[in-house]
Amino acid sequence: MDDILLLDAIERYLNGEMGTEEQEHFNQLRKNTPEIDQMVVEHNMFLHQMDLYASHRNIKYSLHDIHANLLNRGDLNEGGAISSKGKIIQFWNKYKRVTAIAASVGGVIALFISGLTVYFSSAVTDPKLEQLGKDLEAVKKNQQYQGTIINEVKTKIPLNARLLSGGSGFLIDTKGYIVTNAHVLKGTGAVVVNSKGQEFNADIVHIDLQKDLAILKIKDIDFTPVKTIPYTIQKSNSDLGEEIFTLGYPRNDIVYGMGYLSAKTGFNGDSLSYQIQISANPGNSGGPVFNKNGDIIGVLSTRQAQADGVSFAVKSRNIYTIIGDLNKSDTSLQPIKLPTKSALKGMERKAQIHKVEDCVYYVKAYGR
Amino acid sequence: MKGDTNEQTLLKGLANNDSKAIETIYKDNFNMVQNFILNNSGSYDEARDIFQEAMIALYEKAQLSSFTLTCQIKTYIFSICKRLWLKRLQQLGRYTSPVDGFEETVSIEEDFEEHEKRNAEFAIMDRALNSLGEPCKSLLEGYYLKKMDMIALAAEFGYTNADNAKNQKYKCLMRLKKLFFSQYNIGE
Repeated sequence: MDDILLLDAIERYLNGEMGTEEQEHFNQLRKNTPEIDQMVVEHNMFLHQMDLYASHRNIKYSLHDIHANLLNRGDLNEGGAISSKGKIIQFWNKYKRVTAIAASVGGVIALFISGLTVYFSSAVTDPKLEQLGKDLEAVKKNQQYQGTIINEVKTKIPLNARLLSGGSGFLIDTKGYIVTNAHVLKGTGAVVVNSKGQEFNADIVHIDLQKDLAILKIKDIDFTPVKTIPYTIQKSNSDLGEEIFTLGYPRNDIVYGMGYLSAKTGFNGDSLSYQIQISANPGNSGGPVFNKNGDIIGVLSTRQAQADGVSFAVKSRNIYTIIGDLNKSDTSLQPIKLPTKSALKGMERKAQIHKVEDCVYYVKAYGR
Repeated sequence: MKGDTNEQTLLKGLANNDSKAIETIYKDNFNMVQNFILNNSGSYDEARDIFQEAMIALYEKAQLSSFTLTCQIKTYIFSICKRLWLKRLQQLGRYTSPVDGFEETVSIEEDFEEHEKRNAEFAIMDRALNSLGEPCKSLLEGYYLKKMDMIALAAEFGYTNADNAKNQKYKCLMRLKKLFFSQYNIGE
C-alpha cells in the first residue's frame, strides 16, 4: 500500500500537482533517500516515453483518417475503386433486376447503334485521306493464305459471321485491354491475333468515333494475362523531329517501320493527332507509335492519299482521356490501369522490338 | 534556403496536431511520393505506408525544441521517402538499380537514424502493452495515453471506487514497466 502512495506522490510531483510546501518536503525526501530519487528519475523517463508513444499513435491515426478523407474527396488517386467488396455485393443484390433490365435495353441500343455505325459512319470523309484499316477482300485473302499453311490453327471467328475489317492494336493493361482505332472495328465483334499467330476472342468495350479510338478486352480462356507491359503511354506532347517507330500488321506477320514526327497537328490542323513521316499501309491502323525510348506517343490511324509517307497518328494523351471517361462511366468494368513503368529506355532497337512485339496484336473485326 | 513563413506556419501546425495543417502538407506532397514509389516498382499501399512514415518523421522533428528545417518541406519529405524506400527494397531483396528521380534531395541521415531509434522504442512499448492482457492494457491506456482521470476510469471499468482502480492500475503499471525496461535496456 505504501508503494502505491509513493508512486502516486511521484506522479503528482512530476505532473506539478503538488503544493509548494509538499513539493519542498518531497525534494528533501529525494535528497535524503537515493532510492526514491532513483525511482523519480526512472518514472519520469517512463512517462516521457509513454507521452511520445501516445503522440506517435495519435498522429498515426490522424494520418490514416486524413488519407481516407482525401481519397474520398478525390484529392488523391489510388487507381482503383475504394469501396469494399461487401458493399458492392450488397449493391449488386439490391439492384440485380434493374441492372438486368438496363443491360438488356443497353444491349439492344448498342446493337442498333453498331448497326448504324456499320452502315452510315466513317470517321474519315475526306477523299484525300485514307484509313489504314484493311478492307474485306484483303483480309479474306490473307485469311485463306494463312488457312492453307497452318491448318491446325482454327479461326475463332463465328461460322455465320464474316470478316469485315482488320488492323493493329496494342495492350494497355495486363488484364488484356487493347487499344485500336475505331475505324478498324467495322462490325459487332473482334478477334485478336498475337505475333505468334495465336487467336483470342475479344469484346468491344468502348468506341470513340470522334477521337477514332476503341478499346477491346480479350475474353478467352486461352489468354494468360501478361506479367508486365514494357512500355508507358506518354501524357505530354512530343516534339518535332522525334524519332519514332511502329509495329503493325499490314500482312499476317508483324511489320516494323520507322520515321519521325513531322508536325504537331494532324490533317487540316487536327489537334488530336500528329503528322508523322512513316511508311504505313492498310492494316497498320491502330498500331502503336513509339518514340526512341519505347514510350507510346500515338496510335497510327490514317495517311494522306496523294502524298508519299505522310501518315497521321492519334496523340497518346487521348488514351488517358477515354480511359478516364470509361473508368468513370462504366463501373461494371474492372478499372483499367495503364502501364506506369518503361523497361525499354536506352535499349537497342532490336531488343526493344523483341520485348514489345508480344503486346502488339492483329485485330480482325467481324459481323454479319 | 530557409523555408518561407507559410511553410513555418504549416510546420508549427503539424507539431501541434492541427489537422488542417497536416492535411495541407499531406495533399501537397502525397502525389509526388506516390509517383516516385509507383515508378520504382512499388504499389499503392507501399506508397501510402512510406509517405505516412515520412510524415511521422517530420512530425517528430517539428516537435523538437531545437527544430529548424533548412530546406523546403517537399524536399525533406522526398528525401526521407527515398531513404525509406531504398531500405524497404533492400529488405525485400528487390534492390535492383539506384532509384532514379530528378527531385532535389537533402542529407537526412541523422534524422533518419533518430527516427529509426524511436520506432524501435515504440515497438518495444507496443509489444509490452499488448502482452499485458486486459483489463490492464485498457486501464493503462486510459490513464496514461488518453489522460482520463481515475474516477472516470473506475466508472468505465466498473470498479466500486477510484482507490480500487488505482490499486489495479498500480499493479498493471509495475508489470508494464518491468516488461518495457527489460527490453529497453537490451535495446540500448
